[in-house]
Amino acid sequence: MTNARSSPTPRHPDTPTPPSGATQIRFERVTKQFDNGEGARPAVDDVSLTIEPGEFVVLIGPSGCGKTTLLKLINRLYDPTSGVVLVDGTPSQDLPGPDLRRHMGYVIQQGGLFPHYTVEKNIAVVPNLLGWEKARTRARVDELLELVGLPPGEYRHRYPSQLSGGQQQRVGIARAVAASPGTLLMDEPFGALDAITRSRLQEELRALTNRLGQTVVFVTHDIDEAVLLADRIAVMREGRVEQYDTPTEIIMRPCNRFVADLVGADDLLRRLSLVGALAAMVPLDSDDGIGEDEITVDVPIRVRHVLSLLLESGAPRVIVRQDGVPVGYLDLPAIQAVSIPHYDGADDALG
Amino acid sequence: MELLVETWEYVAENADRFQQAALVHLGLSFGALAIAMLIFIPLGVLASMGGRLTANIVGAVAAVRVIPSLAVILLLLPVYGLGWRPALIALTLLAGPPLVVNTDVGLRGVDAATLEAATGLGMTRSQRFWRVKLPLALPVIVTGVRTAAVEVIGSATLAAFVGAGGLGLFITSGITLLDERMLLAGAIAVTILALLTEWALARLEGRVTPPGTARA
Ligand SMILES: Nc1ncnc2c1ncn2[C@@H]1O[C@H](COP(=O)(O)OP(=O)(O)OP(=O)(O)O)[C@@H](O)[C@H]1O
Ligand SMILES: [Mg+2]
Repeated sequence: MTNARSSPTPRHPDTPTPPSGATQIRFERVTKQFDNGEGARPAVDDVSLTIEPGEFVVLIGPSGCGKTTLLKLINRLYDPTSGVVLVDGTPSQDLPGPDLRRHMGYVIQQGGLFPHYTVEKNIAVVPNLLGWEKARTRARVDELLELVGLPPGEYRHRYPSQLSGGQQQRVGIARAVAASPGTLLMDEPFGALDAITRSRLQEELRALTNRLGQTVVFVTHDIDEAVLLADRIAVMREGRVEQYDTPTEIIMRPCNRFVADLVGADDLLRRLSLVGALAAMVPLDSDDGIGEDEITVDVPIRVRHVLSLLLESGAPRVIVRQDGVPVGYLDLPAIQAVSIPHYDGADDALG
Repeated sequence: MELLVETWEYVAENADRFQQAALVHLGLSFGALAIAMLIFIPLGVLASMGGRLTANIVGAVAAVRVIPSLAVILLLLPVYGLGWRPALIALTLLAGPPLVVNTDVGLRGVDAATLEAATGLGMTRSQRFWRVKLPLALPVIVTGVRTAAVEVIGSATLAAFVGAGGLGLFITSGITLLDERMLLAGAIAVTILALLTEWALARLEGRVTPPGTARA
C-alpha cells in the first residue's frame, strides 16, 4: 500500500502510531462480559483468532452470538474484559481510540448516518477529521457516490431522510471507505439491499479490497455472501468461534453438526452451489489433451453450475479455465467426491 | 370598536412614552433571556449527562418553577430594592425551567446509533458533542427558548410593580386610573411582542431542523 496519510494532530512521541496500511488483528483469549446481571454468559467468550493483513474475514452465526461485539472490540468501541486485542502487534488499549478508529472504516449495523448532514457531508466526515483539502474530499465523494451507484448530481445534497433504506446503507458504505482506511469493519452492510444491488456491491467491494489490499472484517447472516466474499470465515456460536477456516474447508469439512447445519452441508445441491470449481476439480496433466468441442468454463464458477452443464450436455467432463488457461476438469465422480460432507463427530454435541 | 379607536389614538398621542416603554420591556425580556440561556442551557447539558446530577438539577428546576414570578420579585425587593434588578433576576429565573428541561430532553433524545457512528468514525467526545449531539438536539432546545421567551415577555409586565418600567406601566396605571384605553394599549402591545417573538423563534426552529426529521 502506498497510502501515505497524515494526521493533523501532532502525536506524543511515546504514543504508539495507529496503523495506516492493512493491519493484522489478533485476538488473544479475548472475553467481553457485559454487566447483564449474575450468570449472564459473556458476549464474546475466550476467543483467539488472527486476521492477517489484507485478509477478508467474514463473521457468521445466529443472532446474538457476538459478531457485532467482536467487531467493536477491534476498533475499541468496546474494550475486552480479559485478554488482549493486538492491532499490528500493539495492544489496542495502548492506541488512542479516536485515532485508531479514523484509520478503520466502520459500517454500523443500523445505518447510523448523520441526519443533519447531507449525503456529501456524511461521506466527508472522516476526510474532514483527517484534515483533507476541500477539493480532494469533494473529488473523493463524487468517486464514491459513483461507486455505490448513486449519481452525485442527484444525491450529493440530499439528506438521509430523503433516501431509501438501501440507499442509506450505500452511503454508509461510502462513508466507511472514504479515507481509504487500511482496515474495514462492516456490520451487515448489505442487509437492506435488493439482490441485484447487493451482488453488484459485493463484487465492487471485493474488487476494491483486492486492489487496496485492505484487511476486512465483515459480518453477515448469509452463508452465500460469506462464501462469495471471504478468504476465511469465522463461524460463531454463543460468543465462541466454532470454526475458522477457508470457505471451502467450512463447507467440505464442517467441524461439527452446528457448522454443518449453518452451511447447509447436508443439502447436497446447496453444498454444490457453495463449492467453487477450483476446489473440486481434477487438475489437468500436461499431456492431457483437450478436445476441440469440449465444454469449458471460467472461474469463478460454482460446482452446481458445472453439474447443470454436465447433465444438460451429456458430455463426460467440463474443462475449467483460470485466466483463460485450462487448469483442470470436473466430471461426475469429481463432483460426487465433494458431495459427501465430512465432519468429525468428536465434539458433535447436537447429535 | 370605539374603545379600540380610542386606544389607538392614545398610543399615537403618547408615542414617545410608548416606544420608550416597549424598548425597556424588550430590553428587560431579552436581557433576562440571554442571561438565562448562558446559565441554564449549560446546566441542561450537565443534567443530560445522567446519574444523580440529573435528578438534582431537574428537581431544583422544578422547585423554582412553582414559585410565582411576582413572589420572586417581591422576595428580591429587600435585597435589591426597587428598580430593574429584581425584575431582571426574577425573569431570568423564570426562563430557567424550559431551558434546562428542553436541553436535557433534546440531548438525551439523540439516536444512540447516530452517536455510535460518530464515535466509530473517530470523533473525540467533544467533536461528537459539537458536531453531532448538539446540532441534533438544537430543535428541541430552540423550542425551550421559545417557551421561555414568551413566558418572560408576558411576565415582564410585572416589572412595573417594582418600578422597572416596561409596557406593564400602562397596565398598572390603567388599573389605578381606571383608564381602559391605557390598560388595553399595554395589554395589546405585550401580546403583539409575544406573538412576534414566538413566530420568529418558530422560524428559527424550522431552520435548525434537518429536512425530514421534524417531530410530529
Ligand atoms: N451494549 C450491550 N450491553 C449489554 N449486552 C449487550 C450489549 N451489546 C450486546 N449485548 C449482548 O451480547 C450478546 C451478543 O450481542 P451482539 O450484538 O454481538 O450479537 P450479534 O451476533 O451481532 O447479533 P445480530 O446478528 O442480531 O446482530 C447478545 O446476547 C446481546 O444481548
Ligand atoms: Mg450484530
